[in-house]
Amino acid sequence: MGVANLGLYNQAIILFAALALFTSFIMLAQGRMMPLIFTFAWQGLLLAVVSVLVAIVSKHPELYVSAALTFTLKVVLIPWLLYRLSVQLNMQYDAEAIEHPTLLLLGGVALVIFSYFVAQSIVHLSGLATRNTIAVSIAIELLGMLLMCVRKSAVAQVIGFMSMESGIFFAAVVSTYGMPLVVELGVAFDILVAAILFGVFFFHLRDSFGSLNVGQFNRLSEANQPMPLRDAAGEHSSGGPHPPGEPS
Amino acid sequence: MDSELTAWALAAAQALLFIAAAPLLAGWVQRVKCHAQNRAAPAVWQPYRNLAKLLRKKMLLAENASWLFRAVPYIVFGAMLLAAAVVPLIAVNLPSAAIADMIVLVAFFALARFFTALAGLDIGTAFGGMGASREMMVSALAEPAMLMAVFTLSMTASTTNLSVATGYVLQSGLVLRPSFLFALLALTMVAVAETSRVPVDNPATHLELTMLHEAMILEYGGRHLALIEWASQIKLMIYSVLIVDFFFPWGIATGFSAAALAVGALAVAAKLMLLAVILVVWETVLAKMRLFRVPQFLGFAFMLSLLAMLTHVVLETGG
Repeated sequence: MGVANLGLYNQAIILFAALALFTSFIMLAQGRMMPLIFTFAWQGLLLAVVSVLVAIVSKHPELYVSAALTFTLKVVLIPWLLYRLSVQLNMQYDAEAIEHPTLLLLGGVALVIFSYFVAQSIVHLSGLATRNTIAVSIAIELLGMLLMCVRKSAVAQVIGFMSMESGIFFAAVVSTYGMPLVVELGVAFDILVAAILFGVFFFHLRDSFGSLNVGQFNRLSEANQPMPLRDAAGEHSSGGPHPPGEPS
Repeated sequence: MDSELTAWALAAAQALLFIAAAPLLAGWVQRVKCHAQNRAAPAVWQPYRNLAKLLRKKMLLAENASWLFRAVPYIVFGAMLLAAAVVPLIAVNLPSAAIADMIVLVAFFALARFFTALAGLDIGTAFGGMGASREMMVSALAEPAMLMAVFTLSMTASTTNLSVATGYVLQSGLVLRPSFLFALLALTMVAVAETSRVPVDNPATHLELTMLHEAMILEYGGRHLALIEWASQIKLMIYSVLIVDFFFPWGIATGFSAAALAVGALAVAAKLMLLAVILVVWETVLAKMRLFRVPQFLGFAFMLSLLAMLTHVVLETGG
């Protein structure tokens, strides 16, 4: 079935699904913090538009609710929370050097091919008009995972996590016309709580490690810089707990 | 027999119009750019004056220039002329489209580039060699991206013939194809790199150290320089017309009646003027990249064209 035989709404679903996939690739290639957050918001907007279109095509009015949920959470609330956090942590102009950017993008393309291969068996069973976009939803999930794997910054990893959740939501919309509303509300609430908790964690991480780079988390702070830290610990020992291993 | 003769005559006229209009497009780009940057703008036919002046000038050749150095301008111009004959400008279904398909078109560009690089090396100056190596680096990265974008289009249209593919897009009307969107972006990025426009190269620079394309042809003068400059203007025109043909073919003539041809000419002129304005905005907004950022730029273009092909396979034909 070629794309030219589909109706306009179905063509638009395919177009916006492809654009959502494209935003995943932009997130992979984007090292700066603010554009990364904005790209995530764009992806949420595209997925909300796809849900509205699917609702129109399939005549499932409850999908409007999930589209509205996606919009409020992924376009407004979570990007706003992340934006405010990175302003408070004074890292809104931070840029992360991406190692091997071209190799990373080609790896993303390989993931798209893999998800196409995986989705083939589902596509043959499904009779829905949106069945071709199942591969795209799996690809968005896997690309979010790739983003979490390759990035060192904790904020970028959180965005990768949220992007994976977007992929799962998108898979539900296009393969079964949405999850039950109770489940969707629950997941949305979980995501919101997760975003707030991540914010709290960011502050704790910065206080204990002095950075949000996860590459530095696995080192013990004493082993890292022995002398200055001991001095600092000696000065402030009255306030905080003693590090393990140090005689009290 | 008679209609076939008319068709060939039309094809020849179209090719001539193509190469005659190429400096006009360059002049238009220059003029809009000057207006956009608050400079006094030269007339639209300034490129024609430049070409006429260069053609009249006395030829000066370096002492150690070989036959290759003298042959290259003609080879480059010939390759561009053949490429221009293939691309449908105001009408599709012309017989000249059977000369070459899209892959041969890419090969014409590669041929011209190869000989320009050889000419840059021939004299043995430092800038020539440097420009040749840089141009080869850019083109080695741009060509796969261009080919992938072209393959995406030919997979959709089930042909590699330019004229037939344009006709297919025209006939299928307005279809929202994500693969075409990505291929358009990729082709635009490749076109910018290949025609040495701003983020990759600055065509108006006077600083030899930052030149890519210009560094190779520093030693040329007179008639040879005129041919090479004209060829690069034709190249810009070919890329613009390709973008217009593939993605916005509406208005191009399918029959050979005078009214259809006039509409086709007007449509293509309007579309090219608009495209030139977009190019100018792009060139004014962006700054030239460091040379070592160019692989990343073109890698992104390659990724886009790969994504175009994948979305074509996954989304547009599956099921």
